[in-house]
Amino acid sequence: MGMTITEKILAAHAGKERVTPGELVKCRLDLVLANDITAPVAINEFEKLGLDRVFDPTRVVLVPDHFTPNKDIKSAEQSKRVREFARKFGIVNYFEVGRMGIEHCLLPEQGLVVPGDCVIGADSHTCTYGALGAFATGVGSTDLAAGMATGECWFKVPESMKFVFHGKLRPWVTGKDLILHCIADIGVDGARYRSMEFTGDAIKALSLEGRLTMCNMAIEAGAKNGIVSPDEKTQLYIKDRAKRPYRFYTSDPDAHYVEVRQYDASLIEPQVAFPHLPENARPVSEAQGVAIDQVVIGSCTNGRIEDLRIAAYILKGRKVHPNIRLIVIPGTQEIYLQALREGLLEIFVEAGGAVSTPTCGPCLGGHMGILAKGERALATTNRNFVGRMGHPESEVYLAGPAVAAASAVTGCITHPKEVVGSYAG
Amino acid sequence: MRVKGRVWKFGNDVDTDLIIPARYLNTTDPAELAAHCMEDADPSFAKKVAAGDIIVAGKNFGCGSSREHAPIAIKGAGVACVIAGSFARIFYRNAINIGLPILEAPEAAEALQDGDVVEIDLGSGTIKNLTREGLYQAAPFPPFMQEIMQAGGLINYVRERMKNHA
Ligand code: SF4
Repeated sequence: MGMTITEKILAAHAGKERVTPGELVKCRLDLVLANDITAPVAINEFEKLGLDRVFDPTRVVLVPDHFTPNKDIKSAEQSKRVREFARKFGIVNYFEVGRMGIEHCLLPEQGLVVPGDCVIGADSHTCTYGALGAFATGVGSTDLAAGMATGECWFKVPESMKFVFHGKLRPWVTGKDLILHCIADIGVDGARYRSMEFTGDAIKALSLEGRLTMCNMAIEAGAKNGIVSPDEKTQLYIKDRAKRPYRFYTSDPDAHYVEVRQYDASLIEPQVAFPHLPENARPVSEAQGVAIDQVVIGSCTNGRIEDLRIAAYILKGRKVHPNIRLIVIPGTQEIYLQALREGLLEIFVEAGGAVSTPTCGPCLGGHMGILAKGERALATTNRNFVGRMGHPESEVYLAGPAVAAASAVTGCITHPKEVVGSYAG
Repeated sequence: MRVKGRVWKFGNDVDTDLIIPARYLNTTDPAELAAHCMEDADPSFAKKVAAGDIIVAGKNFGCGSSREHAPIAIKGAGVACVIAGSFARIFYRNAINIGLPILEAPEAAEALQDGDVVEIDLGSGTIKNLTREGLYQAAPFPPFMQEIMQAGGLINYVRERMKNHA
């Protein structure tokens, strides 16, 4: 029997011919990642080992992105601890404010993760990198500490689920809508412990950015990883970025899947996930008219240049509704600069929106747009749990950048076609 | 090892933002984290819970973020064990890695009520309801995970192995 892409990558990193789901394997790691929240805990654990070096200083990545630029004294202390650790251990890939980005936008962009890699990150959305054809999964700080020390991590080989998206996407529909639709279908634990593999013509047609958005949210269905087999688009994306040699793995035609689900992507409308779970996604037509107070466009899910272009297309020459606070957060410094050069930032500011330096900020209720009691936000982020963006009695609705921008104009959840008609961009 | 305590019951899909909201993640101190444990689900939980008590919840406990602060907050609050119908993947790993006892026992998770007093044999995974009739069996851990737990968590386990290979 053949193997899935996930099984092949794990087997290669475990030094084995093949692996089977359920098997426990110890894998060599190509990269380990932590941020300003998870690294301090990992450093505490790492120090207990009393080592004078990490396994490979070029393969540890530290990104202060959650509470940075530091929101308070305690956060500043945490960032300082990470910075000092990076200096002491010669961590090359430490990204300081002004040169950083939200980790899961930054690592693919900088070519730090490459196809065929096996990566762990002390952040649940590490699964994003599956879009490049890598095995990447979120772990906790202690696993990360062990990974920094040994360059290895144990995994249970996951069973794979295949999600086939057929057909052509409707106007305004992006990767975010596909993944929200999929999570609504299987539920927030629908892929628990499993690998989610996305395939089909609609995925082939999707940009790398769209695939990153989809794999990013695999964890919202409980998955261990999300993954897309690399193709020409992957090659184009990676060839000038890759910092290391890479390898394309693809699933065998006779690989085994515990479940295969098929979707007709041409029937999928832009989606909106209602509070308080990502699985509460419905077509935007069923959310029309829900009044909101704040719109956030950003995060590791939808803070990439493509997302900002879509939002700018809608906001160009229009004004943010008087009742709305629009906050736009480019995912990385490079995206910020590109958006600046393309005139997108000017469009946001002219429309009456606030543009922030890259940060996770409001996505996790950290800073830069916290909600008061009873307030409601529409965000392009990935989680709408109770209290996620502020007060436990506030609400978050999730959507893609098109619905977010259109809703910022009207003051309530709105289908983009009602603001701009058809998409010509 | 046996533990005995009062049950605090929660529902399905208890996420890590409920267990420890992100606004408190600017510290790594277990005591500070424990003071806000489960705050957005039950604001007085941290004050009411006593050492040795037990959290019981439905499916997918600990879904969401990878923050190890979640099991650290629960452990710091004195909770002796979490019983759930099922656990989210990263939380499951984290709990084992830091030595917070967890048991996957759908039947017990369903039957146990808030306020029940239960006795748990962590070694065998048997759960006994002392308030009302009921004896339940949790799924055993794979041997590899038992080794990590016996070593007292992942870091000790790694330390031992690095020493042996040195
Ligand atoms: S943007 Fe949000 S989901 Fe992404 S890493 Fe930051 S806090 Fe996590």
